[in-house]
Amino acid sequence: MMAWFSINFHALAATLKKLAGSPLSSFFSICVIGIALSLPTGIYVLLENLESLSSNFTGSPQISLFLSKDASSAEVSEIEKRLKGNPGVDHFKFVSKNDALDEFKKDGEFSDVVASLSQNPLPDAFVVFARENSAKNLESLHQEMLKWPKIAHVQLDSSWARKLDSFLRLGHVATSILAILLGFALVFITFNTIRLQILTQKDEIEVAKLIGATNTFIRRPFLYLGALQGLAGGIAAWGIIAAGLHFMNGAIAELAELYSTRFILANLGMKESLLLFFLSSCLGWLGAWLSVSRHLWQFDSGAQ
Amino acid sequence: MISFREVGKRYPGGYDALKNITFSIEQGEMVFIAGHSGAGKSTLLKLVAAIERPTSGSILVRDQNLGRMKRSAVPYLRRNFGLVFQDHKLLFNRTVFENVFLPLQISAFDPREAGSRVRAALDKVGLLGREHAYPVELSGGEQQRLCIARAIVNRPAILIADEPTGNLDLGYSGIIMDMFKSFNQVGVTLLVSTHDEAMLNKLKPRIITLHQGELVP
Repeated sequence: MMAWFSINFHALAATLKKLAGSPLSSFFSICVIGIALSLPTGIYVLLENLESLSSNFTGSPQISLFLSKDASSAEVSEIEKRLKGNPGVDHFKFVSKNDALDEFKKDGEFSDVVASLSQNPLPDAFVVFARENSAKNLESLHQEMLKWPKIAHVQLDSSWARKLDSFLRLGHVATSILAILLGFALVFITFNTIRLQILTQKDEIEVAKLIGATNTFIRRPFLYLGALQGLAGGIAAWGIIAAGLHFMNGAIAELAELYSTRFILANLGMKESLLLFFLSSCLGWLGAWLSVSRHLWQFDSGAQ
Repeated sequence: MISFREVGKRYPGGYDALKNITFSIEQGEMVFIAGHSGAGKSTLLKLVAAIERPTSGSILVRDQNLGRMKRSAVPYLRRNFGLVFQDHKLLFNRTVFENVFLPLQISAFDPREAGSRVRAALDKVGLLGREHAYPVELSGGEQQRLCIARAIVNRPAILIADEPTGNLDLGYSGIIMDMFKSFNQVGVTLLVSTHDEAMLNKLKPRIITLHQGELVP
């Protein structure tokens, strides 16, 4: 056990020494990995933010319910009762035909037109705010209300939300593809940097093999190197995203002020950040494993 | 301990380095392989250490058939050997101490005792004061002794040396031969290749002579 710890400690120490021994090339490979990782991760962060933004638009009406013009006040209160009893509805507002006409009268542009009318052409209406603003929930409410009596028209104001939703889904698929491709890139980058490391230590590997080193022993420091490089790349990606968000938030604050709202882009959560670090380490480890295994295989088959 | 039965080694291209070699070496023996360069001495040592595999016949080392050995078992076999190479194969980016420490590190030796083991090995070859030096700072003879220290630090059962006095002047080779003699006296089996006649006359060991890949009776 003691020896096992000693071996791993020595391998880790040797690895850190290697990284520190060639700071510039280590820095460059870490940067390349960081940039490659920051691309899909950054897009993911933006998508997540857009998603939370779209589900936070509670300020706008979601469903407008227009009654037929011949609806009596009893029928209006029947609709009101149904709305109150519906679990999908958060709250609603009644707009009578007279109120609606008054609104139009106040509006300078339409006041002349409205004044020339002999009778009120507008119906009674309800503005309904759903409890949950997902496209699915809004759609089912819409379908349900259409079946109610004396409903002339149900205007669903969520078509933009649905469009955004499918755009976001498309974005997620594209990000996944990008992430997979750049994951491969990370493996290849590590494969190559480890290959160069192996070439500089060819003699050491040969001597170690001649005096009884197992392949596991020879692989170990390189696996550490690959995993550490991957981890450092992951941290670099995190830093790139954090810096990017910081600068973007400055610009966004100005924009949000013009719309008199407050909004800032959120960074990766704790769990997502740890997942990023874990995955980047794993990919680095994999690249290193492939690289050393290939070299050892060549070495072994050359010694026949 | 080591036995060859009708062993042949043919390299790709058809060159026969060894032909029909049969001999055996008992534990604690001191055996020298003699012959001109190109006679197959190095190939024979490489076969014993499982650095290369025979193309015919069988080689038993400690009752293990090297020809049929799994690749993953080779490292553990090699830990029974101390190898002294003609070209030393030292690591020039490591200190004298670290070079000798390497075999212990590889065999997962208890790190608390490793330091004294390394110093004991360096003491035996007379390099104790030079622990922190790098191999480039050593003379040819000292480099050879460093290679020997690395070979004996694991207290191997078998010491295999390929032309250990090849590039050394007479004084140095005398020192190294005395060292080998003392290892043999504590029970280490020695297998040494040489073309140094003076050495053979002085030590009077058992001699296996090779000529163009064949045993000379």
